[in-house]
Amino acid sequence: MELRAEIDARVAAGDPNLAPLLRQLWSSRPDLSTAAYLLKHRDHLPTVATCRVAVARTFTAEPLVGLLQAGGAVAGLELQVQLGGFNAYAPDLLDAESELYAFQPDVVFLAALTPDVAPELWSGFTDLQPEEVARVVERVSEHFATLIRGFRANSQAQLVVHALDAPCLASAGVLDAQDPHGQRAAIARVNRSLVEAAREHDGVHVLDYPSVVAGYGRERWYDPAKWASMGLPFSAGALERLTREWLRVLHPLCGRSCKVLVTDLDNTLWGGVIGEDGLEGIRLGSGHPGAAFLAVQRAILDLHRRGVVLAVCSRNNEADAMQALREHPHMLLRPDHFAATRIDWGDKAAHLESIAAELNVGLDALAFLDDDPFQRGWVRERLPAVTVIELPDDPCAYATALREAPVFERLGLSAEDAQRGRYYVQRRKSRELQASSSSLEDYYRSLDMHAEVSLVTPATHKRAVQLLQRTNQFNLTTRRYSDAELSALLEDPSAAVYLLATADRFGDNGIVGVAITRQGEALELDSFLLSCRVMGRTLETAFLHRIAERARRQGATRLVGRFVPSAKNAPAASFYPRHGFTQVHDDAGASVWELDLTTTPVDCPEWITLAPLEDSP
Amino acid sequence: MTQPLDRVRRLVSDVFGAPLETVNEDSSPDTVANWDSLQQLNLVLALEQEFGLQLDPEEIEALTDVRSIVAIVAAKTQGD
Repeated sequence: MELRAEIDARVAAGDPNLAPLLRQLWSSRPDLSTAAYLLKHRDHLPTVATCRVAVARTFTAEPLVGLLQAGGAVAGLELQVQLGGFNAYAPDLLDAESELYAFQPDVVFLAALTPDVAPELWSGFTDLQPEEVARVVERVSEHFATLIRGFRANSQAQLVVHALDAPCLASAGVLDAQDPHGQRAAIARVNRSLVEAAREHDGVHVLDYPSVVAGYGRERWYDPAKWASMGLPFSAGALERLTREWLRVLHPLCGRSCKVLVTDLDNTLWGGVIGEDGLEGIRLGSGHPGAAFLAVQRAILDLHRRGVVLAVCSRNNEADAMQALREHPHMLLRPDHFAATRIDWGDKAAHLESIAAELNVGLDALAFLDDDPFQRGWVRERLPAVTVIELPDDPCAYATALREAPVFERLGLSAEDAQRGRYYVQRRKSRELQASSSSLEDYYRSLDMHAEVSLVTPATHKRAVQLLQRTNQFNLTTRRYSDAELSALLEDPSAAVYLLATADRFGDNGIVGVAITRQGEALELDSFLLSCRVMGRTLETAFLHRIAERARRQGATRLVGRFVPSAKNAPAASFYPRHGFTQVHDDAGASVWELDLTTTPVDCPEWITLAPLEDSP
Repeated sequence: MTQPLDRVRRLVSDVFGAPLETVNEDSSPDTVANWDSLQQLNLVLALEQEFGLQLDPEEIEALTDVRSIVAIVAAKTQGD
């Protein structure tokens, strides 16, 4: 309560910087009354992304709305929420004219409970003969598949479907666990086919509702009295937990993701202080507290495998710290896992800024992990765009806090994602080489760059969407095509989607560029982007060369493109003039450029080996 | 420690969006604009969260004004 009194006082005094206190209030009491209070003050919380969320449901979900909006607001997500009719999930999804679609949602949750969609599997299970069980499983599975197909026919939004939970106590008691065709097994079969049905469509995701319930405690989750009297199946605490899970899914769907985890070392990756305790003295490995720190490293390594880039920011003597990373027998994270390191006695906020610059990402792409509340507070105050992971006092709870951070959640993983952490390490090494090359061209030559331009295929579709969604800096128009929009574009014979894949002496970079052209009166460059991983290596010239050459071959005489300035795409501003385009006019904030394909060639730089374009039919 | 009456007043103020100073022991659905059956559910949940208790359907029906809420909460939390 003291916190609210302080916020009220600061509001009265006109304090402009209330966001940290409001976040602190929410993390201490994420309940309905705080949600209402927080939403009154939501103007003080900066918005990073907005999202329209619709909920198709079988139960009273009204109390979720405020919790979801408040939880979103503290994370920079402005959520507009519309609830479908009570237990009207099927018409809501299947009727193209439903209010749910009229709302034009970006994300739809389908939250249906087992007793509502499969009552026989919830309470009447002992009435069923084995062959009837199979029929019910098939019917419910087909019901979900129909809902998903109907949804996709009506909307291009993202869909998140709750899997089905099983009751606390099976109808057959402990006997159920002995039976491969028992009640829990039947519900698990429905859930498996739900995952299969979701995989058939882009942008359809499954939420593991039973695990959320189990994690909280199934007995505490459900509230039969409230279900009977008010149609609300959950306890108040369950609502808070469910809200958190929805936000974990909404983070990646809204692009509220961090690419980089910057971690401290002493008392974060290991127990103790390396400069004082030495290699033998620090605590890492089995036993307490070494196991807790090992669990933190395991969690960080899991994030790395998910594509999160790692960096170190530690107040230490660099030689001591690097020796520990290199030589400690139980260390899971080694120097090669880190794309950037700042190990000295400098200011951590300044170091985070320089890490962001070195990795070519915005500050909002950084998350910061540090056991020291002072450093966390300092970074929070100096760099509000950085996500600071709040840690409890007990190191045993660090790993869980890190795993729960929604900014690292991903809903799809491409081969590039899984490798990303490594690419950045390669890049660090290539920069070290750049520093030792006498001229830029020598450096380019030394990279032994290979590039290949191809047309998008089903196998590369996901990566293309990802780049279109995420690339901020080298992006001429920043048009955010969704999965479904890109699919629609592929049906359009006047459009072409090109991908750029590259490799160099440090390894394979995978797909790092996307371009879209549309044939109108002239050939228009609708989109052109390059991952920040490979910026500044003239690869965009090779990419453009290939596209211009193909256009010329197909009889085009002019290539038209625009530059739409955004907060972050300054690195792409000189793209057109550098390649011989002339500016023809300005159009609503964008500049329009034109290349005469008959007179102005775009040559591929001699230091890039470009594979021929394989025209797919 | 804040008195139960003040805590209930604050919840009623938050949940129904009524200025705190207008909420007193006599406040009820007749005097608070947004206090309807749907918002009543939010109030029930907020009370359960605030006081760490679970209300049964009979008790929920008896939450007719701030005074009765305070009485029920006091009875439920007796001995704490």
